[in-house]
Amino acid sequence: MQTVFERPKSLTDHPFHYCPGCSHGVVHRLVAECIDELGLRENTIGVYAVGCVVLGHRYFNMDCIGAAHGRAPATATGIKRMDPEKTVFTYQGDGDLAAIGMAEIVHASARGENITVVFVNNGIYGMTGGQIAPTTLLGEITTTSPYGRKASVEGYPIKVAELLAQNEGSAYIARTSVSSPAGVIQTKKAIKKAFQVQQKKLGFSLVEVLAACPTNWGRAPVEALKWLDENMAVYYPVGEIKVKEA
Amino acid sequence: MTVKGRVLFDSERCKACGICIAFCPNEVLALDESHINGQGYTPAYAQKPEACIGCKICAMMCPDMAIIVERA
Ligand SMILES: Cc1ncc(C[n+]2csc(CCOP(=O)(O)OP(=O)(O)O)c2C)c(N)n1
Ligand code: SF4
Ligand code: SF4
Ligand code: SF4
Repeated sequence: MQTVFERPKSLTDHPFHYCPGCSHGVVHRLVAECIDELGLRENTIGVYAVGCVVLGHRYFNMDCIGAAHGRAPATATGIKRMDPEKTVFTYQGDGDLAAIGMAEIVHASARGENITVVFVNNGIYGMTGGQIAPTTLLGEITTTSPYGRKASVEGYPIKVAELLAQNEGSAYIARTSVSSPAGVIQTKKAIKKAFQVQQKKLGFSLVEVLAACPTNWGRAPVEALKWLDENMAVYYPVGEIKVKEA
Repeated sequence: MTVKGRVLFDSERCKACGICIAFCPNEVLALDESHINGQGYTPAYAQKPEACIGCKICAMMCPDMAIIVERA
């Protein structure tokens, strides 16, 4: 017997604190596998956002820093400009990136900042107890939209990947989903490509990963993945949105 | 019949989310209701190990990396 699946080296042995069925665990592993496979572990600095990933430094086996809420792209910009040979990535949730951090992400992309952003879109504020996010689908009940999100009250969910793809500085923008084995494989490919775009110094790269927050969605883990596929992935189509060649 | 694949569980990491069970193409896996791990969950295990083909789907989908897969 030969081992065909085991823990990547770029993750520590620390068990995740995430809820049962939370997609953060899968996305962490995919980032770590890509860093392993590209041989970048000793040369990478991760910037973790405020959100459920706030303990990311326990899990990623590499240099890392926690940023103020929404400011991970600004922190990453400083690091990358001081040490351009390092691979620098941010790991951000949708509350972090698309609400309080919207200005930072738009400008990092517009500047063509040579960093990689792993954007975990679970359509809700997870850490703080399930408040509405800019990405929450219409009709969704959250603790701060108890009658369901209405366009006339809270506006429409923001399609971050499409928005950022319009910026000249964006070199690689993709959206994927971890709701199925095929989606997990696609997500890994996209994250790897984003890191390679950074290595080639082509500019800003971002992968928006559609993810489940079973706890705050009030859906059991398996049901949450199905709901993700049938609802989130319909409003937020998966695929490569922008690919700038060298 | 020759065994094609084998799954090994790090049961203490398992949170009984059931995702591996739902995605296994051969219905190999189940929750072990007779056992409670240190986190308070009834962990997944290979109920029909002989049906495992080592496809890795369970491990790929597991959010907590509780599964190691071997192939013949
Ligand atoms: C300046 C500031 N404002 C508000 C908060 C409270 N806060 C913590 S996490 C969070 C949002 C988390 O949601 P998201 O980014 O979607 O990540 P998730 O937890 O869903 O992974 C908020 C508003 C904070 N920590 N700091
Ligand atoms: S609250 Fe949601 S995002 Fe946070 S760990 Fe739990 S399931 Fe994951
Ligand atoms: S490796 Fe494939 S066949 Fe074996 S338990 Fe996992 S999903 Fe099922
Ligand atoms: S997917 Fe992982 S955590 Fe969930 S039941 Fe299976 S082994 Fe346990």
